[in-house]
Amino acid sequence: MGRYIAKRLGLAVITLVLLSMIVFAASQLLPGDLGRSVLGRDASAEAVTEYNHEHGTDRAAVVQYLDWAGGVARGDFGNSLVPPEEPVWSVIRPALANSLKLAVFAFVLVVPFGLLGGVLAGLRAGKAADRGITVVGLSLAVVPEFVTGLVLILVLSIWAGWLPVTAQWEPGSGPLTQVEHLTLPAIALTLVLFGYIARITRAGVVEALDADYTRTAFLKGLPRKTVIRRHVLRNALFPTIAVVATQVGYLLGGLVAIELLFNYRGIGLTTLEAAQLKDYTVLSAGVLVIGFTYVVVTLVADVLSALLNPRIRFGAAE
Amino acid sequence: MPTGRSEASVARRERTRLLLRSPTFIIGSAVILFWIVCAVLGDHITPYDPRFDQTPEIGAAPSAQHFFGTDRLGRDVFSRVLAGSRDILLIAPLATLLATLIGTTLGLITGYFKGIADNTISRVIDALLAIPLILLAVTVVAALGSRSTWTVIIVIAAVFSPIVARTVRAAVLVEADLDYVEAARLRGERSPYVMFSEVLPNVMPPILVEATIRLGYAIFAVATLSFIGFGLQPPSPDWAVQIADNYQDLAFEWWSVLFPALAIASLVVAVNLVSDSVQQVLER
Repeated sequence: MGRYIAKRLGLAVITLVLLSMIVFAASQLLPGDLGRSVLGRDASAEAVTEYNHEHGTDRAAVVQYLDWAGGVARGDFGNSLVPPEEPVWSVIRPALANSLKLAVFAFVLVVPFGLLGGVLAGLRAGKAADRGITVVGLSLAVVPEFVTGLVLILVLSIWAGWLPVTAQWEPGSGPLTQVEHLTLPAIALTLVLFGYIARITRAGVVEALDADYTRTAFLKGLPRKTVIRRHVLRNALFPTIAVVATQVGYLLGGLVAIELLFNYRGIGLTTLEAAQLKDYTVLSAGVLVIGFTYVVVTLVADVLSALLNPRIRFGAAE
Repeated sequence: MPTGRSEASVARRERTRLLLRSPTFIIGSAVILFWIVCAVLGDHITPYDPRFDQTPEIGAAPSAQHFFGTDRLGRDVFSRVLAGSRDILLIAPLATLLATLIGTTLGLITGYFKGIADNTISRVIDALLAIPLILLAVTVVAALGSRSTWTVIIVIAAVFSPIVARTVRAAVLVEADLDYVEAARLRGERSPYVMFSEVLPNVMPPILVEATIRLGYAIFAVATLSFIGFGLQPPSPDWAVQIADNYQDLAFEWWSVLFPALAIASLVVAVNLVSDSVQQVLER
């Protein structure tokens, strides 16, 4: 078990290093001449050269990367390229906190519903309810978040007037007001995940229903309720919960469009604006932070599912 | 091997028959076909010019003259919805095709040769997949400073090809241990021949399924990118561009947003229904 975790940890570190290289290459090398890109076509050659020298972008790519990665490792992402040139971290940190709030709320909403849908579908496998849940879930999973978000805004806030249109609240609002403002974006964000969670859960339930131990439990004469609770659900749900955590990537990807749609100052909107303003230091920090979150969450999920799976726990795997 | 071929063709006919009997496949294909017809006929069937027509009515509600109303520039929303499928139906399939070709080649190579090359490529793929597609696309588009259609196609293909590669690799790993591959090798066939002529036909079903799934996500990605301003650009009547143009006025002119939104939803759901039924038929 220790070896498995160590190996998984090692792989995660390698992935993080590669991730930082990709982010650096895409956001800071790909623009080519940073000074020209930031100052525009009309700037004089001297101004561009001076800008590049000031920001260190006239150095060799490897040197730039090591300098940047060293800073990142110490939590220093440099300064924003857009006036007032604040430190990147002070731009990113509050945005990250906002997104975290939204993402956690979304997850809390979707997991119970997804599990419930999956269990219902699994217990009625092959029947109309199963087909319905599966098709609706799969369809929701492919409709872009901003489309479902718009339909939700139109129906639930503009026509019905139940929920606020944007995710902005007065500073100092209580938690209840915040939850009210975050409900629509959270639903829009999680409809994509609902189908996925339901499908995994359904598969787990179907498999557990089919297993020998379930048949034995039935043949022992246990009531259906007890069998389902003690044998089917217990075996089906634990692995599912761990798998669900790996889907955090979809959630993070959806943040960009949803935060734009609901005008919510999270990491997605901040990164998007940085891209529009060609603020490459903020852009790379945003992408890196999101990628980092993904890798860490996936790692935790993997280790968790290993802990729950005796076959891996006792060292048989790989 | 004449018998083998006829067996294969019987199996293929059987699969086609099953597909044609699946209601999800039929509904999905009908919707896709409808949008393809709209894309091909384009301006010829729209009652008004979808791009520049400035009718005097600005922001008019749906009526007999304008079934879906007009947007804030006075353009007929019905015409724009009909014409709006063209760009996305060009870009998404092209990106998918490109990703499938690159991904299949990568998957064949990594699955067939294994070893260090395989490990290295797999690590890079893992790292790449840690970045959400939309963010990666935004970063690359911002860095290149070009929002041309080709940039969008290439970025999506670049992100999807490792995902395809992973699926193909898994299928190839299973095949590579089978006797027919060993036999081909013992016959003295060269690796590229074994990979493309022996292994490839046998891993086609998972590739096909993966391609249809990718097509759905490609439409998803193009639409999202266009919505956030990093994909197709105005005055394209693309659905997501229309939504981006008008969603601030949702409370007053819901028709200029809702109809394109429903159009996107209908297309992605249709593609998904088709991919789901293809998957069920091929994997039984």
